[in-house]
Amino acid sequence: MASTHTSTPSAPARASAGLTARDLALIAAFTALMVALFPVKLAVAGPTPIVLQNLALMLAGAVLGAKRGFYAALLFVLLAVVGLPVLASGVRGLAVFTSPSVGFVVAYPLVAWVIGRLVELRAPRVSTWWVIVACLVGGILVSYALGVPGMAWRSPKLTLATAATYSLQFIPGDLVKAVIAGVVAAGVHRAVPGLLPAPRPRRTPTSA
Amino acid sequence: MLTGTYVPGRSLVHRATPGLKLVLLAVFLVPISIWQTPLLAGVSAAVVLVGFAVARIPLRYLLAELKPLRWFLAVLVPYQWWALGLEAALQLLVGLVISVAAASLVTLSTRVSDLLDTVQRGLQPLRRLGVDPDKVALTVSLALRAIPVVRDLLHQTLEARRARGLERSPRALATPLVIRTVRHAERVGEALAARGYDD
Repeated sequence: MASTHTSTPSAPARASAGLTARDLALIAAFTALMVALFPVKLAVAGPTPIVLQNLALMLAGAVLGAKRGFYAALLFVLLAVVGLPVLASGVRGLAVFTSPSVGFVVAYPLVAWVIGRLVELRAPRVSTWWVIVACLVGGILVSYALGVPGMAWRSPKLTLATAATYSLQFIPGDLVKAVIAGVVAAGVHRAVPGLLPAPRPRRTPTSA
Repeated sequence: MLTGTYVPGRSLVHRATPGLKLVLLAVFLVPISIWQTPLLAGVSAAVVLVGFAVARIPLRYLLAELKPLRWFLAVLVPYQWWALGLEAALQLLVGLVISVAAASLVTLSTRVSDLLDTVQRGLQPLRRLGVDPDKVALTVSLALRAIPVVRDLLHQTLEARRARGLERSPRALATPLVIRTVRHAERVGEALAARGYDD
């Protein structure tokens, strides 16, 4: 089975928190990707610029899988809370927790985890459409499930319904991003096999 | 690196420990987040301005810190005005600007490395829950180091895309960028492993 050949250079045997040096480097790199991508805005259609930051979030889950995607997003939130200017909204420091976008930001690690978990179900051969489904569930369903109540909570006069109406304008952008994430993540998995943790061992492959 | 935000100084604000500053910031944010009255907003704004005066940080730094908020506010405030009226929109605007200004005072007067040291120490009690503060610190420094690397990769990929005549294709940008990022991370991982990190 040629497709199960992995490019893992370091034997991932140690498991103090279950994370190898390679895992830490990948987590750090995707946190950096989320930070580096935020100045890139695509003015596609409509009044809302499409911010690429949550595209990077979707990719963290879809490329790294649940666990490392979760940690990459968590580290990103930690950097924002400590006060580094990493969030596209410009909110930083502990003000993250009092801003109307608190729910969306707090959801980041969970979003990456859910996307990663879904993608892992089909590892190692991940199809584009499956990643898109995963990103729709994680990046839209989970994200808005926490984001909308957060917004209603932080603006006392905003009801859940009005907060939801407001959020509708971001849905088209998120759909586009889910599709891009699907195409990109599937392409990355084809180019760099062995990124996702192997699914639950069903049978040991005959080839070593 | 993201160190461009620190404004050196020897004021009381600069010399206060990062932990104390973060605690004070948290305490400061509570009332303004709960009671959004004009009086409280005025008092809070005054406190922040006094903080900047004591720290001797010129207000142009504050304005630069607040500038990235403009897109967020440009989308959110008109909607609040339309949905809930001018008063609610102003409350949101003022509350958010004051909160971010207060957070900025902390980051402008504290080195990133000192903040991260404080976080590392703050995480020590979480050891019991299986959190390894040293691992967190290592990953944070790897991430900070990776930010300029990814920015370079982004520019390389943008140029390659232009050379291929695919300026408008998001796929020709994101796929190679992510692959290059992954390859960079794998090299870093190998380097760490070669130095015995996994042993």
